[in-house]
Parts: sequence; structure tokens; C-alpha cells
Amino acid sequence: MIETIRGQNLLSLNDLSKDAIIEILNEAESFVEVNERAIKKVPALKGRVVASLFFEESTRTRLSFETAAKRLSADVLSLAVASSSVKKGESLRDTIATVDALGIDAVVLRHASSGAAEQVSRYVPHVRVVNAGDGQHQHPTQGLLDAFTIRQTLAERRGLDPIASGATLFEGLKVLIVGDIRHSRVARSDIAAYTTLGAEVRVAGPPTLLPQSVAQWGATLAPNFEEALRWADVVGLLRLQRERGTESFVPTLNEYTTTFGLTQERASLLKPGALIMHPGPMNRGVEVDSKVADGPQAIIRRQVSNGVPVRMAVLYLSIAGLGRAK
Amino acid sequence: MDQHVQRQDHSGGLAFIAKSELLNADEVARALKRMAHEIVERNLNLENVVLVAVQRGGVPFGQVLQGLLADIGGQAIALGLLDVSFYRDDLDQRPVPTSAATSIPSSLEEKTVILVDDVLFTGRTIRAAFTALSDWGRPRVVQLAVMVDRGHRELPIRPDYVGKNLPSSRDEAIVAQIDGVWIGTRGAQ
Repeated sequence: MIETIRGQNLLSLNDLSKDAIIEILNEAESFVEVNERAIKKVPALKGRVVASLFFEESTRTRLSFETAAKRLSADVLSLAVASSSVKKGESLRDTIATVDALGIDAVVLRHASSGAAEQVSRYVPHVRVVNAGDGQHQHPTQGLLDAFTIRQTLAERRGLDPIASGATLFEGLKVLIVGDIRHSRVARSDIAAYTTLGAEVRVAGPPTLLPQSVAQWGATLAPNFEEALRWADVVGLLRLQRERGTESFVPTLNEYTTTFGLTQERASLLKPGALIMHPGPMNRGVEVDSKVADGPQAIIRRQVSNGVPVRMAVLYLSIAGLGRAK
Repeated sequence: MDQHVQRQDHSGGLAFIAKSELLNADEVARALKRMAHEIVERNLNLENVVLVAVQRGGVPFGQVLQGLLADIGGQAIALGLLDVSFYRDDLDQRPVPTSAATSIPSSLEEKTVILVDDVLFTGRTIRAAFTALSDWGRPRVVQLAVMVDRGHRELPIRPDYVGKNLPSSRDEAIVAQIDGVWIGTRGAQ
């Protein structure tokens, strides 16, 4: 169990303690304020070098991480995989060694293979590794920013100071996660974050898109989707990952929408104060009705804007306070 | 006097063990009143004055000075809060500090900024504060008010308003709060 990510890697939310998660959420509150300033930049990581290695396409996560690093005054080395030697057959190990030779303090890694981030952390133990999504395993910063967004929204509604509230707003909170649980690293990170903070998590989706055993992750299966919608305080929708061949797991997209899409009709079953979330990019009209996604219960845009401050908090805690790159 | 002084601590989590009380609450109050008078004397036009308290120790002193300046100068003065964690030059030499809220009420362009802190020691916190302040504009002048100046400067920084000069040894710890000033040591309980 990791009690703090100060000077540590962020590979998975499964091994992070409640205190470690709350520490990141609290630090992110300070960075929300930094992002509201006219000059949205602080010198905390001046002279540090962050390598942004995305072996899998992801414009928004990459932009969010690179913006976060730049607002901390770090220098960013960005590897464009499409035009790199990876295409020429270079191994992950050699690519990391090459980048490391340039003198780096941290790697932000996105990779299609589960466990890639941990692997890299063994190749370069002197470099901090932040997992930006590895295969079907974990997407820790997404889980953190989702938890941050829930706490921020609930604290605002109840007139509480989010930092002083600690994890109390999660105690007994009922979260429903809907969709392709099986292939989703977001689901794994979300479930880890929510359950560690004290929430109760249920999952719903077509049987073909559910994992063998959700109980191992600390969640339970919702037997009835409509009933679960009435039960939930928070509904987290997942994207149907067409690029991962999800379509072969459902008869048609239309059928998915009919059975598990958050249509206007189904959204009307929700509690008036229930929150609707989506990690993006959304397939409007598939997982969620377009009007519902833009409605007052949706906090999807907040999730996007919280990405930068949460990633600033992760990079700051992980990299600052460490000796400089040799 | 063996007294344990509670204080929100962010300097590595070491407890402060007080050896003796140097100022009591009344003496702190009197010192702050004198400082407020000096501020009014030096800044005839309080209209352009903004107080900026350094998190966390400077905040209670900033709040008291704000009240006193309103009474003496007959004018409401804005109070900003500034956390300097992200601007420190020793970030790679100590545990990563936990930051606190920053809120600067307006642009500081052409303002008279009075920085307020509890204890002036090496001057590195104030150096960090200068860098931070410049992100909100270019103040016309920056002045420094501290409850205690304990010496041992590592940078050419001097205070404009001092509650109490307390020459101290480097190994000692000094805690300044609204209810008193103590000298002691920092260590495991």
C-alpha cells in the first residue's frame, strides 16, 4: 500500500491508500486556483524534464498532461510515435533508454499493453513514471480527476470546503458504472478510487462486456439497470471502444443504446441530484443521449477542465522534492 | 515554562516543543497596533494599499492588521492570501510542502503591497513571495511586515515593520501566533 505519491511513481490506483488519494485531491485544489490566474504558470518544476511518451493515440490526455507539465514550468519532451523509430521496430526498452539518455526526471506513458508503465519503471528506476493509461489495466489520473470532480461538485452543492471535507462526501455514496467494464482501464481506476474513498460501486452492461468477476475489484453487479439508475447518486458512463473491437461484443450499436444507453427516458429515472459523468470522447446517441449529455445533471465538461489541475498535482507531488536528473 | 504549542505544521511534520514564552497575547496585540500605526504613517494614501498574507503563518496577522488599519485609517483594506510552495528555491532539498489556498483580490499593478508573515528567518519564503507577486502585476512598491525578525538572513531582504526583533540561535525554533510568541525546539514528541 502506497501512503503518499511524494517522490513515487503513479502506476495504478489499486495500491494507493485513502490518504494518498486525498493528498492528491487536496493539492489539485491549489492548482485549480493557479489555472484561474491570468498567468497560469508556477515555477515548481523549473529545470525538470518530463518525457511524454504516447505509444497509443490520445489527443486529449496527452494535451492535458503536457499542459500540466508546462504550467509547472517543466520542459516537455514529446515523442510522436507515428514518426518515431518505434515504427521501425525499436523495442520499448530501447526507446526508453534513448529518451533517458537525454536526461529526464519523469515519464508520462500511454501504451496499449497492460503493465507497460510498471515495466518502464523497472527499466529506469531513477525516473518517476506516471501511467497515462496502459492497455486494459489502469488509467490512474482519470480515476483521480473523476473522484476530484465528484468531491468538488458535491462540496459546492452543500457549501463545504472540499479540502476540509476529506473523504466524507464519498462515505456511502452510490456509484453506478455503465458500459464496457471488461475492456475499460477507466472503470478499473474509477472503481479503485471510489471504493478506497468509501463509496459503494455497482456496474451494469451487456454480459459480454462484463469481466469474469467484478467482486475482485470491490464492485458488485447491478441485476437490473433501471433499478440501479434509481439507486445511484453518480452514474459513470463508459465509451464503447470501437477501436478495440467492442462492436463484436454487442449485436449492434443500436441494440446497445436500446438496452444500456442513457436515453432521456432512462435519465428521468435518476434522482434529481444524481450526477452523470463520461470520460470522453463521447459517442453521442450511443452511450448517452445528446440532450442528457448537455443537461444540468451532466458534469462532463467539469471532468475535462479538472484534468489539468489534477495532473499538475500528480506531477508536482511525484517529481518535486527529488534530486535533479543526473 | 514547559508548554506544548499547537500549530498547523507544514515544515516536515516535526512537533514544536516550547521552552519559554517570549511575548504574551497582550504584547503581540500591542506590537500589531504599533505596526498598523507605522503603516498608516508611511502610506498616507491607504487607498492603494493591499495586504498580502503569506500562508499559513502570516494569515492570522494579516487579518488582525486588516481590522486595525480599517479602525485607524478609516478605510477598508483588501487582504490577499498567498501560498509560496510552488515558488520555493529549495523544493528539491526538503519534503514537498503541502500547499494552501491562494486568493489575490485584484491585480496588484501599481499597488502598494504589504506582505505579512509571522517569522522572518532566512528570507527565502519572502524571496519566493516576490516571484509569486509579479504574476499579479507590477506593484508600485512592496513592503514587508513581520511579527518576529529572528535574524540569520541568507538573502538581502529586510522588513519595513517588525513586531519584535528576537536574536536567536539557528538551532532554535520560534513560533509566533496571535496568542503569543515562543522559543523552543523542533523534534519528535
